[in-house]
Amino acid sequence: MKFEEIKKQAESRWREIWNGQMPVILVGTATCGRAAGALDVLQAIKETVKKQNLHCLIYEVGCMGHCYAEPLIILRKPGFPSICYGHVTPVLAENLVTNLILNDDPSLEFVLAALEENDLIPSFSDFPRSKYEKRILLKNCGRINPEEIEHYIGNGGYNSSAKALKMKPGEIVAEVKKSKLRGLGGGGFPAGEKWDVCRRAEGEPKYLICNGDEGDPGAFMDRAILESDPHSVIEGMLIAGYAIGARHGYIYIRAEYPLAVQRVHHAIRQAEETKLLGENILGSDFSFDIKLFQGSGAFVCGEATALIASIEGKPGMPRHRPPRVAVQGLFGKPTILNNVKTLAYVPHIIENGADWFLQTGTEKSKGTAVFALAGKVVNTGLVEVPMGTTLRQLIFQVGGGITKGKRFKAVQIGGPSGGCLPESALDLPIDFDSLQESGAMMGSGGMVVLDEDDCMVEVARYFLDFTQKESCGKCTLCRLGTKQMLDILEDITKGRGKMEDIETLQELAEDIKTGSLCGLGRTAPNPVLTTLRYFRDEYEVHIKEGRCPALMCQTLIAYYILPEKCARGCDACVGTCTVEAISTDKKRRIKIIDQEKCVKCNTCLVACPPQYDAVIKVSPPTRIPRPNYVSLPSPIDGEVGDGGEKEGKEGGIV
Amino acid sequence: MTNEEVEIVEKTRVILEGTARKRENLIPILQRIQEEFGYLPPYVMLEVAQFLNIPDIDVYSVATFYNQFRLTPPGKHSIRVCMGTACHVKGGQITLAAWQRRLKIGPGETTPDREFDIDTVACVGCCAMAPVTVVDKKVEAKADPTRVDGILLNYQLQKEKGEKEKEKN
Repeated sequence: MKFEEIKKQAESRWREIWNGQMPVILVGTATCGRAAGALDVLQAIKETVKKQNLHCLIYEVGCMGHCYAEPLIILRKPGFPSICYGHVTPVLAENLVTNLILNDDPSLEFVLAALEENDLIPSFSDFPRSKYEKRILLKNCGRINPEEIEHYIGNGGYNSSAKALKMKPGEIVAEVKKSKLRGLGGGGFPAGEKWDVCRRAEGEPKYLICNGDEGDPGAFMDRAILESDPHSVIEGMLIAGYAIGARHGYIYIRAEYPLAVQRVHHAIRQAEETKLLGENILGSDFSFDIKLFQGSGAFVCGEATALIASIEGKPGMPRHRPPRVAVQGLFGKPTILNNVKTLAYVPHIIENGADWFLQTGTEKSKGTAVFALAGKVVNTGLVEVPMGTTLRQLIFQVGGGITKGKRFKAVQIGGPSGGCLPESALDLPIDFDSLQESGAMMGSGGMVVLDEDDCMVEVARYFLDFTQKESCGKCTLCRLGTKQMLDILEDITKGRGKMEDIETLQELAEDIKTGSLCGLGRTAPNPVLTTLRYFRDEYEVHIKEGRCPALMCQTLIAYYILPEKCARGCDACVGTCTVEAISTDKKRRIKIIDQEKCVKCNTCLVACPPQYDAVIKVSPPTRIPRPNYVSLPSPIDGEVGDGGEKEGKEGGIV
Repeated sequence: MTNEEVEIVEKTRVILEGTARKRENLIPILQRIQEEFGYLPPYVMLEVAQFLNIPDIDVYSVATFYNQFRLTPPGKHSIRVCMGTACHVKGGQITLAAWQRRLKIGPGETTPDREFDIDTVACVGCCAMAPVTVVDKKVEAKADPTRVDGILLNYQLQKEKGEKEKEKN
């Protein structure tokens, strides 16, 4: 069958699904949905439909981006807009489906929003965030079934590969060059330039690699795209492969993403069956195949040369550059390595032209950026905004601000290579260059929001711990320098720090930056440098007073039950304590935490009913009044408070 | 060699038979072996080295470089505690400590009865559900110490249920 016919068929099928007479049920079953219980919901819906003998279509979709409200389902019934429901449980799903499909009742109390604007139900476009969002890469995510190539084609998919294969490879490279598309994996290197070098390089066969080794903790954009719209990546690879003259492609996906592996694997097979991969694609003389390579859990493999070593079956250690990968890469042949999002952008650019792409974004960073919002932000999830949107807009308008009414403290961008930016940096436009200037970096797009309860020294220690473990060990400074920095940070978070440590940290950071071969080492000190730059006072309080102002460093805090606030009859903390460290002092009728047994697991603080609010954290631990300090490592040094002047939960005795 | 070991070697040979003798297949081969047996026994690594005609040490270096490979037998149930940034700020350490306290083993170890093994994982990409623990490939959202106890209790109950049914039969 010719592509034109396949396309026509797919489009009419899609019209039938989306605008036909049959009700449709969409269930978001990407990894985050599954974590929240989406598979149980799916099962319940299937059973309901069978039990009630309903005539409708059920299919799984990927990530809708609203992870905070998972599991999500969308119900479509002719006469109603598409309605999205959040926080769905199996029982609720059963009711929602029955109510709408059988009784025409949209159960308004459970609606998250409608997909289209209408008179009945508020839609997503009424959300304040919609003003800032622009979904290009995520256009299909949460709408189509990632396991159906027909859904993708029915929505205009593989159209631009058909267009591209009629163009000359040079023309495609020129178009991408003109669009100023930059590598969205974090580096920001112009994609077109790289392609041009590879296209002109000598050596056959050439390779194209899609880098899906999204190792930054806190980032899940690539996973979401691979799970929700895998064909967009495959199509991007197809076009890129044609442009640079590659014969073979690889998709490298990290081991921690089993669902992405499964869906991409399926998508490749479907593309092969549809003759969109393989020999003489779409009747042209271009042949291209894609292999899926599963990573094995090494962060450093996100680096180009390490990733290549990994595919070659070696330990993933980076090598010197030059020679550039575009000239001498996989198996010594010219190779292009692009991030998932960069490749997923290619079909859009070919379809709509470079000028269309240039309309969005800032002068030097064009297009949109996808961010994974996580941490202490209300609307956690996946967002796509034009480059140049400010951090403030992203966190407070799109993200909905900080959870539990707490105060914003910092935002961690770019994972272990990035940095923590404070309130004063929030009006920075998000693009490759301004973030670099601030000491952070764009990274692949992970964004973790931190509030007043997060200790910046501890966050810096956490990232150093990560890079120290993930350092491949090739460069001395990266291998040993990060270990030294980590030891110092550990001392500080345990109250054993010295003032001269701060200087040593800074010196070591500079040395590691200059003495490391690859991005891992060159950027590893960034979290420490940015926290030192913006939150130096926190380091000093840890060192000078042995106190953690955010009440996070485990060694420097203790849990304490305020006797005057504790409701004597309530036993919530005693019952939930995981180590039976809380007991009732019958004589004085108060509850006391045995500090020796306490493992500081926070359970009692969560369990204490909000109307009493009696459990607090104090720092340093010696601040607990002596009579209430059971199993006291005596003698207590330091001041002792009287336990009566607290500001409330987690306020601490300062 | 024990009977179990002989059986494992035989199964390994079956896996190897369908694979091309190319160095680049080393990681996929090791992945498949681990998928099958849950870990990489030393004598299997020797077998692989011989098959690919590469030095034994090369197989060992790959197996120890990547975090995913384990050299000791796993438990029946795998506990993978996420240590990603989002999980960290929401108490990932506390969750790990809770698992360790309950199962009395550290990361990378297996309980003596071979029921559970604990390990940490860099990030499973479910940051919006932090803190998470992956139990037997199922991602458990918001896994705080109370949830840890709940999950373990559930396994305990199911185990008892299974034993009772066995007795009935």
